[in-house]
Amino acid sequence: MTTDTSLKDAIDQQTHRGFLAWLISRQIFWILLAVIIAIIAMMLLTKTFATPQNLFNVTRNFAFVGIVGLGMTAVIITGGIDLSVGATVLISAMTTTIIMHAGLPITLAIPASIAASLLVGLINGVLIAIVGMPAFVVTLGMMSIARSIGMVMSNNALIYEFGPDQAILFSIGGGSVVVGGLPIPNPLIVMVLLALITGFALRWTRWGRHLYAIGGNEKAAVLTGVPVKAVKISVYMFVAFCAGLTGFLQTGWLGSVTTGFGTGLELTVIAATVIGGASLAGGTGTALGAVVGAALIEIIRNSLTLLGISTFWQGTFVGSFIILAVASNLLRNKDTGE
Amino acid sequence: MAVLELANIAKHYGAITALTDISLTLNAGEVVGLVGDNGAGKTTLVKIIAGNFHPSEGSISLDGQVVQLHGPKDARSKGIEIVYQDLALADNLTAAANIFLGRELTTIARTPQEAELPFWQRKRGWRLFMPEILDYRGMYKKAGELFAELKSETRPRDLVRRMSGGQRQAVAIARTRLSNPKIVLMDEPTAAISVRQVAEVLNLIRRLKEQGIAVVLISHRIPDVFAVCDRLVVLRRGRKVADKRVADSSPEEVTGLITGALQSA
Repeated sequence: MTTDTSLKDAIDQQTHRGFLAWLISRQIFWILLAVIIAIIAMMLLTKTFATPQNLFNVTRNFAFVGIVGLGMTAVIITGGIDLSVGATVLISAMTTTIIMHAGLPITLAIPASIAASLLVGLINGVLIAIVGMPAFVVTLGMMSIARSIGMVMSNNALIYEFGPDQAILFSIGGGSVVVGGLPIPNPLIVMVLLALITGFALRWTRWGRHLYAIGGNEKAAVLTGVPVKAVKISVYMFVAFCAGLTGFLQTGWLGSVTTGFGTGLELTVIAATVIGGASLAGGTGTALGAVVGAALIEIIRNSLTLLGISTFWQGTFVGSFIILAVASNLLRNKDTGE
Repeated sequence: MAVLELANIAKHYGAITALTDISLTLNAGEVVGLVGDNGAGKTTLVKIIAGNFHPSEGSISLDGQVVQLHGPKDARSKGIEIVYQDLALADNLTAAANIFLGRELTTIARTPQEAELPFWQRKRGWRLFMPEILDYRGMYKKAGELFAELKSETRPRDLVRRMSGGQRQAVAIARTRLSNPKIVLMDEPTAAISVRQVAEVLNLIRRLKEQGIAVVLISHRIPDVFAVCDRLVVLRRGRKVADKRVADSSPEEVTGLITGALQSA
């Protein structure tokens, strides 16, 4: 083999680029920057943003999107999608509600609501991985089925009576842990833990590696002996687990459950993951990206409210960020010759 | 002794006959070119050797033992590796990640052989409670060794997306080396790459030969076959029409055999 020095130098140069160059090539860096700028701007522009009460609300709202976003990121890495997460949140919340309303203990409600959600994920996963149907269609159907079943379960009643363990339910979902004088909402703690676990799993386990491989080239994954079907089923169950967790926590926070629970959540969550750097084509995405994307969306929503701008504008901002994120992805891929 | 011996292999699909009476031997360290026009039966024959298809008639022997190949995984465990035409690489992963795909080294599975076991066999006994963490360092190291062995300049940490066609081939070939195979089947490795990269791939094939591995090279490119093969086998309409040393043949003769201008040689 000939030693082509100039070529070798050129290749080496690319690997040994500086830290700064590496940093600015990351989408997540720009999104994080946008989040920080938005926070600073809001602190300067309003007196209401940096109040403990507002921050408490922002972080809790963002935690719900973040938790589901972590699961959605795992699904999107495999090149799939799950449109049924909003409806799964409703299923989980309804299961919690019915069990606790009947006077049964919360120790039964938690596993039951998670099990109901996992069942939704299992059905999605089997139809997608084993039957081989497109994820978009399966989860679109499931979105409709799960929401309708949730409505049937509720019997169209607004339930706000949760039996003997009501106080525990409300304190889990709506409570907080005081760290250094600051109240940290429980859902935020759950999100941080889940983000650490997800981030670890994506980077350091075979399961995580296989998710990226399936998203990159599913046929190659099959040929090299990756258990593609099992991994795909597990990932739809994982996102359903995240949605189930959110449903349970949100029930405790809101103190009542309506049939509209989780409506439109799927789009917010997908937006958060795409803004955070996951590509709908599959093969890319990080846990940190999901969290930062969710933070940006929530800060935009909150800022518009505090600045007195109609919340109707929220969609315009979030939509613009999605398009910007995808556009910047496209430009970067052009740089690397793809 | 022959590493691989095919005796009177035939393959029928209902009334259609894809292969008739193919006998073939393959010795260690030998590179055999398998040539023929589209539909001549090259792919069918390779898929039989790789365990994808069962032959309708005839037998397959490995090291003198008659074997049944139950699927590609079984063939792989018996020492037959295949480099697919589209290489079966995940573009978004590094070279090392692709080499170890499906058999990643971890804190529990220290060798590729262990890593290939399903998890209920990997995580026996006390290991069940051990977290199984990817061994990046071990995989980069082993991948680097494989590339050095192949004298390829491919680096383990590079993303496959950024690689040339020749480097991609090196990754796909390095993957086959992970399990110390006896036979490597290569499906059109030089079909869609530049002239310089073709030379690179032919060198990789020579490296495999040096390691005592028997290589079957399926190719449309007659010059490549003559550059690297010891022997060539010509198929036409499902029959073997020639099996001779490259030194005793010529590109003109081979072209004639493929098209049918020459009946046999």
